[in-house]
Amino acid sequence: MEALFPRGVLPYLSGGLLIGAGVALIFILTGVRAGASGVLTSTFSWFSRRPIFEALRAERAWRGMFTLGLLLGAAVWTFGFSEPDRTTVEPMRLLLGGFLVGVGTRAARGCTSGHGICGLSSLSRDSLGHVCLFMGVAIVTAQAMGRLLP
Amino acid sequence: MRLICFLLGGALFGAGLARSGMTRPEVVLEFLRFEDLGLLLVMGGAIGVALPVFRLARRPLLGGAPEAFTATLGERRWLGSVLFGLGWGIAGVCPGAALASIGTGNTPLLWAVGGMFLGAFVQGRFRLLAPAAETGATDA
Repeated sequence: MEALFPRGVLPYLSGGLLIGAGVALIFILTGVRAGASGVLTSTFSWFSRRPIFEALRAERAWRGMFTLGLLLGAAVWTFGFSEPDRTTVEPMRLLLGGFLVGVGTRAARGCTSGHGICGLSSLSRDSLGHVCLFMGVAIVTAQAMGRLLP
Repeated sequence: MRLICFLLGGALFGAGLARSGMTRPEVVLEFLRFEDLGLLLVMGGAIGVALPVFRLARRPLLGGAPEAFTATLGERRWLGSVLFGLGWGIAGVCPGAALASIGTGNTPLLWAVGGMFLGAFVQGRFRLLAPAAETGATDA
């Protein structure tokens, strides 16, 4: 266990339960299966009249509030019960990776929360395919980068 | 009232991301290199709560009918998940975690968030990997 989970299992399990509670609360109250990546596209309906963004006007408000909640909840936990951390991953790597994540999750219409948590919890076989695919590619990429870079 | 639900649910979600360390790219990259498998417990814990609720909750308390899961309707766009996996492996960030990490004060992650919005704009603007007929489909 120590080798598989050097930080212990409690932070992960309790964090996962909190995430599930957030998804469940929204579903029980509104019937929506909320994923995180949709805001990346729907936000542009505030600025652009292109039909592909305009079509998302109905969801842009709740996606914005959901995202605000993500930030606030993370802030409350970090500054109330933990401490801030500053990543050492280089800015260019974050920018490039982020760009690919933006294109990819919007093309695939879901991310770790949309296909991962909501899709798998909806027993969607296509979501399972997406999860296996993006996790597999990410594992190969991260391992290759770990060998190539110092 | 409806919007407050999303704020509260998002806050629980964000607290869980911060609690589990998923807001830190280092922890995610350790998972991808098999040095710490915690991410599987996070997903398992979240699905363990969400799956029974999705199955059992019949009628939203605020009215209407529960939304079907529609992110997989239409043409399958596997190539999108290949690109997502590449980006996830390079930077150790996924959308929810990157957004929440800004709340934790991890300011370099603004690079990742900026990249994600830019990528999503380019994908939408040029309909990359997306059949034109599908523009109105609802996403997860």
